[in-house]
Amino acid sequence: MKGRLDSFIDRLQGTRDFDELQRHLKGLRDTFDIEHVTYHSVNSTGHQYASTTYSTDWSHQYFGEDYARIDPVVQGCFRRFHPVDWRQLDWSGKPARDFMGEARAAGVGTHGLSVPIRGPSGQFALFTISDARRDAEWERYTAEHTRDLILAAHYVNQKALELERGSDETKVQNLSPREIDVCTLLAMGQSRAQAAEQLGISEHTLRVYVESARFKLGASNTIHAVAKALSMGLLVI
Amino acid sequence: MLRYIYGEDLSRFPLLRDSMFKDRATQFRDRLGWSVEVGSDGQERDGYDAMNPIYAIWERPDGSHGGSMRFLPTVAETMVNDHFRHLSGAEIRTPLIWECTRFCLAPDAEPRISSALMLAALEVGLNFHLTDLVGVFDARMIRVYRRLGWEPTVLGSEGAGRGAISVGLWACTRDVRQVLLEKAGISAAFSQAWFDQSFGLKTAPLAATG
Repeated sequence: MKGRLDSFIDRLQGTRDFDELQRHLKGLRDTFDIEHVTYHSVNSTGHQYASTTYSTDWSHQYFGEDYARIDPVVQGCFRRFHPVDWRQLDWSGKPARDFMGEARAAGVGTHGLSVPIRGPSGQFALFTISDARRDAEWERYTAEHTRDLILAAHYVNQKALELERGSDETKVQNLSPREIDVCTLLAMGQSRAQAAEQLGISEHTLRVYVESARFKLGASNTIHAVAKALSMGLLVI
Repeated sequence: MLRYIYGEDLSRFPLLRDSMFKDRATQFRDRLGWSVEVGSDGQERDGYDAMNPIYAIWERPDGSHGGSMRFLPTVAETMVNDHFRHLSGAEIRTPLIWECTRFCLAPDAEPRISSALMLAALEVGLNFHLTDLVGVFDARMIRVYRRLGWEPTVLGSEGAGRGAISVGLWACTRDVRQVLLEKAGISAAFSQAWFDQSFGLKTAPLAATG
């Protein structure tokens, strides 16, 4: 799974436009062995972008009928930032129950997990997977994959924001002095343990700096992060 | 009991909310002498309270505040990145680390409440699949955290003596849970039930989750 997430992040990095992003999102179904993937973003000026693997009919119906008004997923995730299993939501009202019936009939599935994302300057996005697994299987599935789904959600959002800005290279996120130190030592071939010792920090702390640099650079793994920092001239060796 | 509440839902708990922000004024302005803003209502709030954070709050039997802390995702604005980046040596920005700040106790809080709050932070980390929590705290607290059984790794500090301020990381691992449960005098089942209740999860029968 870890390897598959990394290769997804790699594919994502080469993405040049929204069509390609949409293809990669569809590919996530195989990566995560899941029925449906949906990504929906609203920025501070109200501009929206959505991509989904739901049927075209359901998408049209959803937007045509403005189901976001009654969809407990939207109501329960908006302005939040913790991952939400659809079972946590309030489906008790009649409009919500009717909506659930229609969604199931349209093949959305019986279970879902949504990752709300709080982006820069008031941007909000929702990354959702849904499936028809049975309860116990779904339980096992989410226990195992939620962390990777959170990461995938944020990498997709980062890419979508970058495409929206219209720059063809990742906006160079300045690495901090500590992140540069860590990447530089790793680029010089030191092991994590050696680098940590030299910097007088624990390996756990070193990993946090690497993860932080990795996310800023949109890199799938440490080697990629170091290579990217090098190619962007962020490291001086 | 422990409650986990988004800022925008605090209005459902007016006594809890008002006593929390008052206790924050008492702790951060009066006792620690921080230059925090206190309104004419005697309540301390900052810009991050306006960002709809999650609060973990110990509610006393009379519905008032016993202690609390505040959580925000590091992918958006956080106090650590906005004001203390020079201390941590890095802008910590990853989906799997949240910031935890404003650890506050009511003036007459029983000792177990601070343990309960540490437990609440761990529950947030474990249930939301986080690797770490990052926080800003005054030097005095390091000893407290050690005594409570969950010590942060200090990334950097500034100032000296009582005025020193540090940025640290708490690794969210299951192995500290038992210690925190014991120190707080809370059963695993109750702790999980409080968490699940706050986030709308259906809790399994208590006996089955313990």
